[in-house]
Amino acid sequence: MAFTEKDVDYISKLARIYLSDEEKRNFTTQLDSILEYVDKLNELDTSDIEPTAHILPLNNVMRDDTVKKIWDTELAIRQSPLMKDRLYIVAKVIE
Amino acid sequence: MSLYSKTAHELMELLNKRRISSRELVNSVFDRIEKVDPKINAFVLTDKEESLRLADQIDAKRAKGEEVGLLAGIPVGIKDNLCYRGRATTCGSKILKGYHGSYTATAVSKLVDSGAIPVGNLNMDEFAMGSSCETSAYGSCKNPWNLEYIPGGSSGGSAAAVSADEVIMALGSDTGGSIRQPASLCGVVGMKPTYGRVSRFGLVAYASSLDQIGPITKDVTDNALLLKVISGHDSFDSTAVHTDVPDYVSLLEGSIKGLKIGIPKEYFVDGMDSEVESAVKNAIKKFSELGCEPVEVSLPHTQYAIAAYYIIATAEASSNLARFDGVRYGFRAEESDDLIDMYFRTKSAGFGAEVKRRILLGTYVLSSGYYDAYYKKAQKVRTLIKQDFDMAFDKADCIITPTAPTPAFKLGEKLNDPLTMYLSDIFTISINLAGLPCIAVPCGFTRNNLPVGMQIIGKPFSEDKILKTAYNFERATDFHKAKPNLV
Repeated sequence: MAFTEKDVDYISKLARIYLSDEEKRNFTTQLDSILEYVDKLNELDTSDIEPTAHILPLNNVMRDDTVKKIWDTELAIRQSPLMKDRLYIVAKVIE
Repeated sequence: MSLYSKTAHELMELLNKRRISSRELVNSVFDRIEKVDPKINAFVLTDKEESLRLADQIDAKRAKGEEVGLLAGIPVGIKDNLCYRGRATTCGSKILKGYHGSYTATAVSKLVDSGAIPVGNLNMDEFAMGSSCETSAYGSCKNPWNLEYIPGGSSGGSAAAVSADEVIMALGSDTGGSIRQPASLCGVVGMKPTYGRVSRFGLVAYASSLDQIGPITKDVTDNALLLKVISGHDSFDSTAVHTDVPDYVSLLEGSIKGLKIGIPKEYFVDGMDSEVESAVKNAIKKFSELGCEPVEVSLPHTQYAIAAYYIIATAEASSNLARFDGVRYGFRAEESDDLIDMYFRTKSAGFGAEVKRRILLGTYVLSSGYYDAYYKKAQKVRTLIKQDFDMAFDKADCIITPTAPTPAFKLGEKLNDPLTMYLSDIFTISINLAGLPCIAVPCGFTRNNLPVGMQIIGKPFSEDKILKTAYNFERATDFHKAKPNLV
């Protein structure tokens, strides 16, 4: 299953990243060799194995639903690269 | 001996007896930073003014006889992916340019509560993605033992700064070896705690099921001290578990006679660097002299760990890094046609090559039609890797392996060959997949005077036992006392 420039085009669109022609060429070759390498997992029969998401025996972790002030919202909001009157400015989304 | 070259436990004694002030110590550390950091590039930012202000507060408390914390007055460096309220946090990336923490990471606030002084942010591979500290947007960090060599990564700045005596201790983070590998390549002590031991709240996420914050220090006692300070449950991180945090320092003493040390045969294979191999084999001999019993164990799925890791880690990363959209914080590309175009331009200009590569790989393995073949398959292999360790721990109390297959390599040597770079993580990665605690300690030097390290792996939440094992080795050897010549 060879990985081609078409695949790079498709996933870079999903990931919202523009690539230069040089990047596209490099990533195609590099990802192709990485994917060829990870194919070695198919040597293993895992049909009866349960997947592990993380190693802790945790289910739902609950806490009391109480209001707490954990940080300064002003400081969080002020981080935006472009804002006016405490609102983020972006290009028009709905025509 | 200058103050900056001492360990935290030595300095705490001097500070508590009021033989020295924290202000003197902070000044000593900053003199050192100013002298050596232009060569090493371990720091991406320092804050002397704030550090001295905190030092004066601690000094005033001591003068009044008030009780102070476990690390009161000790200068500590923070990896640049840990938030500290009001201070820049950039993850070594352009995309977080201009971002300042709007809250403090739990590990950092525990540190500050203990009286430690966060003197600045330490260099790292961009978003902790790398094994050499070369992918940082702030330029490579260098190995203090030889400035033409990499310090390891991704916590390269943390390990280099501790090794070069620029800080007394440091925090790093470890997703696939990012604390242990640089610690070993720089000749210092680094611990990746059990997944869940330390809260990840305020650590900028790379691969959430693998990330863990941990201490990088000059010796094992300091490592125990710093681990005690940062560990424990946190309501802001549901994976930070409710278990008691032992007093690690008081548990260091005592014999390790009769301890069964597992040696996995899969970690000592042909093609391994001969100097690394002989240093680790000599260390195992030393453990035998200390009364331990080496036993052969098998971790048969080791050869699949890198493949499983680079699927799981990149998948999680592609999801975690989607949040950097240029709207709420950090960098935004200036000109764009519409909102979607702005996202594209921001990410394209803001992320470096390694981060783009991993986002693309992660996006691919999660994309429609490939999820089962890659992500789910890798999670199943993760189960097999974890089971290997469970079985090995039936025969052994801990497991010892080299931390990295080679000593530090030259800057630039592997940068354009990602697969070869990924393969250098072979010994550290399985431990993250299995979530185990692991401490890397110095165990030798090459003929070129580059440090070699080994790692001691324990059962979940047995940090006390691996610290004790490492402490016994350290007391019987001198490797941790050697310092790089930087003058």
